[in-house]
Amino acid sequence: MEQDGLRNLEDLCIQDHPPACVAACPIHVNSRAVAGEIARGDFAAAAKILKKAVPFPGITSRICDQPCQTVCKRGEAGAPVSIRALERACLDQAAQLQDTILTLPKKEKRVAIVGGGLSGLTAAFDLGKKGYEVVVFEKDKQLGGSLWRFSEEELPRQVIATDVAVLEKVGVEIRLGITVGKDTSFADLLGEFDAVYLALGGEPKETFALPLDQHGFIGADPVTFATATEGVFAGGGMHQKKHSHIQSIADGRRAATSIDRYLQNVSLRASRTNEGSFTTRLYTNTEGLEPLPTTPMADAAGGYSAEEAIAEARRCIQCECLECVKVCEYLNSFGSYPKTYVRQVYNNLSIVMGRRHANTLINSCSLCGLCQEVCPEDLHMGLVCKKARETLVSQGKMPPSAHEFPLRDMLFSNSETCSLAHHEPGKEASKFLFFPGCQFTGSIPQQIKKVYAILREKLTGGVGLMLRCCGAPADWSGRTELFQETLGECRRLWEQMGSPQLILSCSTCYEIFRTHLPEASIISLWEVLDRLGLPEPSNAASSATVVTIHDTCSTRYEKSIHSSVRTILGRLGFSIEELPLSRERTVCCGYGGLMFFANPELAKRAIQRRIEQSPADYVAYCAMCRDYFASRGKRTLHLLDLILGASADDAAARKAPSYSERQENRARLKQSILKELWGETVTEKERYETIRLRVAEDLREVLEQRQILDDDIRKVIEYAERTGSRLLNRQNGHLLAHHKPASVTYWVEYTFDPDGVVMVYNAYCHRMEIAEDIQ
Amino acid sequence: MSEKEIDALAEPTWWCSRCFVPLEMGKGNISYLGSVFPVELLRCPSCGQVFIPEDMATGKMAEVEKILEDK
Repeated sequence: MEQDGLRNLEDLCIQDHPPACVAACPIHVNSRAVAGEIARGDFAAAAKILKKAVPFPGITSRICDQPCQTVCKRGEAGAPVSIRALERACLDQAAQLQDTILTLPKKEKRVAIVGGGLSGLTAAFDLGKKGYEVVVFEKDKQLGGSLWRFSEEELPRQVIATDVAVLEKVGVEIRLGITVGKDTSFADLLGEFDAVYLALGGEPKETFALPLDQHGFIGADPVTFATATEGVFAGGGMHQKKHSHIQSIADGRRAATSIDRYLQNVSLRASRTNEGSFTTRLYTNTEGLEPLPTTPMADAAGGYSAEEAIAEARRCIQCECLECVKVCEYLNSFGSYPKTYVRQVYNNLSIVMGRRHANTLINSCSLCGLCQEVCPEDLHMGLVCKKARETLVSQGKMPPSAHEFPLRDMLFSNSETCSLAHHEPGKEASKFLFFPGCQFTGSIPQQIKKVYAILREKLTGGVGLMLRCCGAPADWSGRTELFQETLGECRRLWEQMGSPQLILSCSTCYEIFRTHLPEASIISLWEVLDRLGLPEPSNAASSATVVTIHDTCSTRYEKSIHSSVRTILGRLGFSIEELPLSRERTVCCGYGGLMFFANPELAKRAIQRRIEQSPADYVAYCAMCRDYFASRGKRTLHLLDLILGASADDAAARKAPSYSERQENRARLKQSILKELWGETVTEKERYETIRLRVAEDLREVLEQRQILDDDIRKVIEYAERTGSRLLNRQNGHLLAHHKPASVTYWVEYTFDPDGVVMVYNAYCHRMEIAEDIQ
Repeated sequence: MSEKEIDALAEPTWWCSRCFVPLEMGKGNISYLGSVFPVELLRCPSCGQVFIPEDMATGKMAEVEKILEDK
């Protein structure tokens, strides 16, 4: 991933963009934070936030025209939050709060502000704080300009006086009753001051012989407020289409920024985006939000009481996006959101020395793409993680333990022991090729035999059979070369059989072939069975049986599969209740992207989250989804069991096979189907394969969790018995042997029973190597 | 008498079944991804066969493996 790519990806994640209210406010008061603090009852903290952003908070909290309110998301459910009233309440409640205004050391430069309205006073305040010597010239006998048009009740004079007094604290000099151009000349001003801000209010008469804009007012650059005369700036009410007090404050601030830059001799124009009101990109979902009306105010003139303010602030929904984090256990579990994750992934890949903290982050994603589906900006964390895995592999930095087990399983599925590619018995060609996929053959080999018989019976033109793995584990783990090799072998065999249409039961195979074998015509088993009609008798359910469908994540966009699955279930007599996250919004079961192998604890939480989404029985049409849910205690029925006539109870009761049993199932399926359909027998077993094991049920779970296969145990015992290398526990008579067939060292504690069956008491493994010399 | 000395008096649990001698504490090296660590472990004084107990494999060793894999 290049720096540019990183920035583009980061930019797609909008979670830390400002909420609509903050963006709409021309001076970006953080109303979300103000409401958040008030909701917690911390009025002082709220007042601090407000005072930091606003020069005259007492005034604005009474007369602000609230552009924030028109965009407030709460308005979509009830009424927008009364933000101005909340601001006033926090000032009232935190009245004892001492103002601390930090001013920079005094500077030599002098600035004249012409006009003592909100715009001029804001510019004076900001520049005073920066240490400039500021003089305000006001033609009237008082500061505040148009503020005096408000009634005493709307805006008490005392509030104006208190707020304006802050100017003294920053050393601003006020000259009242001075009309520039009459009492003092504009030319004198230019001579006496280094910069001038003309904040003359709405429709001023004075133009000081400066070039005018098309409306007849002093012309100024809309971004910098610079006029044609160097050092002279103009803004505020005279340039506003519709008068707005908060806009006047923003204009004053903009002018102060320009004047500061001008006096420091730096660019006036650089980095001025998002200054003033803008539309945020932050997305906030208000679907399902309970509508709440505005909190009533008992004393309209006095404003909200503390209790009322807290109630009103609690209506603020604290806008944020997190659409992906809400639906994905993986994104949720790393405590942040994609913008941060993308950065962590990038740093992880760029690291030269030290610890790679994001390896687990990279390898835990199921790559399912739900994040992209729900993201308003289409950011796909799965693609980021997949690319990162490929990079780790190419750098030689992929942790060996993350994916080795499923990759070995893939190689086993594609070994001579399990794989097969044949035309239909008695046929020389195949119009169709049934490719059940390694997890179907590992989980439900008998059902695969039955459905293959149905396909042969109902389809003409020859239905070949190919038992293999499509290569998904290699693809998911970032092993590009291994994947191309595995897929290439599928392609070669498929072409050899005359490029027949592929009938796929596994959604992952479907997705792999759809993407990487586009020249092949593919169809899912479910669409085929939907069209062919179901085998008789189909008496699985009464119409009262309500089930919910868990769609498979790898075919989230295959509408035709979703529809076939539902049609079949309907024909079988089931009533379907949809999960909130289904079809294109379905959730991965924890197998996708090899999540379960890289981060089993996370996968278990992901499964748990999914199975808690409905109390109804789940129907799955992927072998892994079904087995993962069933293994965590959720009644989950496999669609194929139901099609083949199993009752819902029988289908739910079927036990999910262990990893060892899956391999055994694949090997046996090949042997038996070869014998039954093609009359072929398989070659003799390896020596270790004949060792019979007995494993206690509770140890089974441990072995599963440690990813130790029965065949790994057999290999250790075969080695130990052949070489005599084993230890003896003299207290219980158990033997303990270890062996490292490839990269993992396995230890097995065992004895033999009188019939020669190996009683296995324990097994464990490690990857660290022991430097030992057996003499 | 120290705990260690008491343990030493007891009948040793693990024996080498080939050499039929009790295992003794000795020095050895374990390594992973290019890093080598000296360890104290039980081994056969005669043939050198070692014993890695379950808690070491699933505890300390697994921990070190994880750290080295993330390097």
